[in-house]
Amino acid sequence: MSIVEFHHVTKRFGQNVVLDDISLGIEPGEVVVVVGPSGSGKSTFLRCINVLETIQEGDIVVGGLSVKGTPAQVRELRREAGMVFQQFNLFPQLTALQNVMFGPVHTRNASKKEAHTIAVDLLEKVGLAERMHHFPNELSGGQQQRVAIARALAIKPKLMLFDEPTSALDPELRFEVLKVMQDLAHSGMTMVVVTHEMDFARRVGSRLLFIDEGKIAHDGVPEELISNPPSQRLQNFLQHVT
Amino acid sequence: MTFEWSAIWDALPSLMDGTKMTIYITSLGLLGGAILGFITGVITTYIRVPVTWRNSALAIGAVVLFIAALNWIDFGFLQDDQGNISTWSKLLALILLIAAAVALRRYVGVALSFIAQLYILIIRGTPIVVQVMFIYFALPMLVGWRIDGESAAIFTLVINSGAYIAEIVRGALQSVPKGLQEAGQAMGLPFYKILIFIIAPVAWRRMIPAMGNQCIISLKDSSLFIVIGVAELTRQGQEIIASNFRSVEIWAAVAVIYLILTGFIALVLKLIEHRMRVI
Repeated sequence: MSIVEFHHVTKRFGQNVVLDDISLGIEPGEVVVVVGPSGSGKSTFLRCINVLETIQEGDIVVGGLSVKGTPAQVRELRREAGMVFQQFNLFPQLTALQNVMFGPVHTRNASKKEAHTIAVDLLEKVGLAERMHHFPNELSGGQQQRVAIARALAIKPKLMLFDEPTSALDPELRFEVLKVMQDLAHSGMTMVVVTHEMDFARRVGSRLLFIDEGKIAHDGVPEELISNPPSQRLQNFLQHVT
Repeated sequence: MTFEWSAIWDALPSLMDGTKMTIYITSLGLLGGAILGFITGVITTYIRVPVTWRNSALAIGAVVLFIAALNWIDFGFLQDDQGNISTWSKLLALILLIAAAVALRRYVGVALSFIAQLYILIIRGTPIVVQVMFIYFALPMLVGWRIDGESAAIFTLVINSGAYIAEIVRGALQSVPKGLQEAGQAMGLPFYKILIFIIAPVAWRRMIPAMGNQCIISLKDSSLFIVIGVAELTRQGQEIIASNFRSVEIWAAVAVIYLILTGFIALVLKLIEHRMRVI
């Protein structure tokens, strides 16, 4: 059974069609890398999955829950999908540890003690155990993004959504974030990653979606699509990002 | 002329009474204003309803219809011997109002937001002296019950500072990066938790300078309640001068007392800001 199902999804901003009749399924364990020219709708594609954007037509089902459900069902759906943002969006008034504890305490009704155990464990996994009492503005961009990944994992989601997680980072800081994502992929987590990191797509991705003008132009194995682009559009795009 | 320190010493007990009254009115007024302002600010931030001619007409139409409906329903059997409407019928009207609100709950938020914006428009657009005179002199003629000067002063300060605090709250809430709200949403948090645990702690720090301003302004505005004869500091000063004609000494003393009070507010705010991490 697919963990995410798109059924004829159309998303419009006013008159502007951003996603045009998209249908596809994402299976558990897949690492789907979404690429496309800027403004092609790839971020919107991701944000529709956890209802940060609402769709006009069709339906998206995540872990058996529809994005068109009641507010309570939508909150339940969102807990199935951890989200990592381009701008990190860490809570600035909380330390790294408190940021990661926040989800379990407020959405899973975990006790402080349980949340603390979960958070310390996750921060160790992303390599930030010794920085856990620092506030976000005392951490580098790469460290902040790794805390954000730990925070998203803390609510024990079934899949992880990454919205250009390395785009706001200096080149030398991207590596540490991509490494964490690679480890996560190898642990079997289902991931949907919007990115320009073609190297990551090739090495870690199990599936590549090329979104162009609101449609899925190509859907296939990353290695094949990248080394042998079937269309001029994809070829042009690959020349510009690499 | 000579500066008679003794005039101040003699007047000090009454000036202290006035000071106490000023502090009493201001603190209760600001407390109420803060509660009213927070609620109003949250409503105007998160429920966006433009004040247009169409919306205004709809809102006024709804109110007229509601009153008409209440009058149309015959409450005659609930009137007492003097023909006054009894508590029971008032209760019935209240139940009716709640029932209407439940039936039209989709529009309750819209209506609240509209009312909130209208409230801010009216209060910010009229002088506080006119407001307090209206509440003290005009309202009793409209609704039939008198309120004493003290209550009128506190009530005026509540609604007046509430309107300004609502805008302070709205400004602070809107300044919080949208991404924080999205991070909370993406975790599956309900809106009230996002507001309380994510947005409010950030917004709170940004509110403090403007809130300090408002506290000082409201304290000084309480001097305008002299027009309804409330025995606050300025009024006390004026009355003392009416009997001893020592304008220089008494007004100087009154000014210094205000300065001490506002200075204290400024100091407390500085301390709060100092203790807080800047984010």
